Amino acid sequence: MGWAIALHGGAGDIPRSMPADRREPREAALRHCLNLGVTALKTHQSPLDVVELVVRELENCPHFNAGRGSVLTSDGTVEMEACIMNGTTKKCGAVSGLKTVVNAITLARLVMEKTPHIYLAFDGAEAFAREQGVQTMDSRHFITEENIERLKQAKQANTVQIDFTQPAPSPKIMPEKISPVDGDSQIGTVGCVAVDGLGNLAAATSTGGLVNKMVGRIGDTPIIGSGTYANNLCAVSATGKGEAIIRATVARDVAALMEYKGLSLEEAAAYVIEQQVPKGNAGLVAVSAAGDITMPYNTAGMFRACATEDGYSEVAIWND
Amino acid sequence: MSIKEWEDSVILRRPGEAFVEDQKAGGESERARERESMGGWAIAVHGGAGVDPNLPLPRQEEAKKLLTRCLNIGVSALEANLSALDVVELVVRELETDPIFNSGRGSALSERGTVEMEASIMDGQKRRCGAVSGVSTVKNPVSLARMVMEKSPHSYLAFDGAEDFARQQGLELVENSYFITEENVGMLKLAKEAKTILFDYRVPADTCSAGAGSMVMNGMPISIYAPETVGCVVVDREGRCAAATSTGGLMNKMHGRIGDSPLIGSGTYACELCAVSCTGEGEAIIRSTLARDVAAVMEYKGLKLQDAIDFVIKERLDEGYAGLIAVSGNGEVGYGFNTTGMFRGCATEDGFMEVGIWE
Repeated sequence: MGWAIALHGGAGDIPRSMPADRREPREAALRHCLNLGVTALKTHQSPLDVVELVVRELENCPHFNAGRGSVLTSDGTVEMEACIMNGTTKKCGAVSGLKTVVNAITLARLVMEKTPHIYLAFDGAEAFAREQGVQTMDSRHFITEENIERLKQAKQANTVQIDFTQPAPSPKIMPEKISPVDGDSQIGTVGCVAVDGLGNLAAATSTGGLVNKMVGRIGDTPIIGSGTYANNLCAVSATGKGEAIIRATVARDVAALMEYKGLSLEEAAAYVIEQQVPKGNAGLVAVSAAGDITMPYNTAGMFRACATEDGYSEVAIWND
Repeated sequence: MSIKEWEDSVILRRPGEAFVEDQKAGGESERARERESMGGWAIAVHGGAGVDPNLPLPRQEEAKKLLTRCLNIGVSALEANLSALDVVELVVRELETDPIFNSGRGSALSERGTVEMEASIMDGQKRRCGAVSGVSTVKNPVSLARMVMEKSPHSYLAFDGAEDFARQQGLELVENSYFITEENVGMLKLAKEAKTILFDYRVPADTCSAGAGSMVMNGMPISIYAPETVGCVVVDREGRCAAATSTGGLMNKMHGRIGDSPLIGSGTYACELCAVSCTGEGEAIIRSTLARDVAAVMEYKGLKLQDAIDFVIKERLDEGYAGLIAVSGNGEVGYGFNTTGMFRGCATEDGFMEVGIWE
């Protein structure tokens, strides 16, 4: 028992050859966000507050595909989405299609707490953000040079670009490697799960979606039970190819295996990642009410970090 | 069953035999639903859970007639060996096109007085899926959901992007006013006066007692509870399962609100084991990932279809009110609800057919 926290900055085809100048800022950001969450847990903030706080920080970091740094749609715009769930009450909130909201995760929480609904999207979500007075910025705030270049490459390759960290392969290779049909990926999505010493759980996930995604596309992140889920047993945040995660209802299935089959957190998460999702498609971070942590993935790597009350902490990308 | 036996059974049944509306007595239909299937086709449709007990009889008859017609369309299609996926789309299109229930024409109105429809479809065999939200001019949202599944790299499109895609794909489009019925305009007015999100669009707030006294949804007050989302689940002769759900959402809902219907695992789910379509209090269905949980307790706990349905309705809904229909891969059909009534109908290849509203 004791508090525990895990967070991720996306799973995918992250090459081990990734240059240090691209790797180190991301590792530093993960460490910074982890410390923020740990401090909050130590000062007895609720897991719900902690996951929101950490995901806000990850959204503000331009190195990950959420908030500032979100990847661009085929129209060159950002359409962000996020989801938060309180495991104790199973209350949840989600948003999609945000263009100006600085912290999508906070709007998701407001949908949960201030509306009779769970999920608001596009213009209606933007209007709600204004009504609630959350911080908004011109969409230029979210668009980075790197993502403009990435969209250009994706358009040249005529594909939905899958990899967030790798320099785009030449157009000749790209369409064979990633057909538009299976190019449904969310590399760089961010998420956080936390549990306090009393076993209260919460999960939050936020993303910009896919490079060159169709306008209006919704991925797994805002969908309760797919990208995000929490109950009284565990909290889960998933990342990877949205389509694969949705059809496998990844986050709920981790909890369902614990609930219906009596598996441990680690066994349940491993089963979902190894048996229910095709290789190369997904990863997740999860914590249990007892304070266990697991962070499996079946991609080349996953940006991730975790810490527990007994002093364990880890920041990693690959399986070393 | 061997192919020979199957052929014999088909030949032995007189054409049209399964098409007769056959409302059996409770005990008999219960037994029929729970029978061990021989692996033939099975189909169920719903037109929403949570029906006001005072709903005028002519409206009840009208609803049952539509459910029967839709069942018969599905049965004919299954007899003609259409795939489960084709059948659920066909049946839901019919439900969308008829203004009686809350989907397609006859959809509930948002706070702005417009229609924002959503739908999803799932093919159990490969667990492929497609969903749409915020659709305002597409005559049949369920067909757009299928297009998203089959013709786009994504599985879920919403609002302007979904509309653009519909245009690109050449789906039939109509003016938003096509979907708006006079009755719903009146109900929106009532809802606005009552400052509530009005679920039922045909029974005035002060006379509605459905929903077993639930006055709160997701922490906010509501006065009425009777959503009339539509859905269809089918298993075909080859054991392929499919599910589809379509809705106009809640009366007086906020612009941009997404409910459970388009969410895979919540309102709709299909895999090799079963297909499920839910209806009711969207927020409760989402929190309990209701559709996936029917499949999950079958898959992980080894429960049979009807046991799985009873389990999720009893254990998973917390304080929420909802209902669902489901079929299993081996040809069983079942349903469950904790609301006052659910518009539903089901049929199986051995000639069983039931259309009902109350328990």
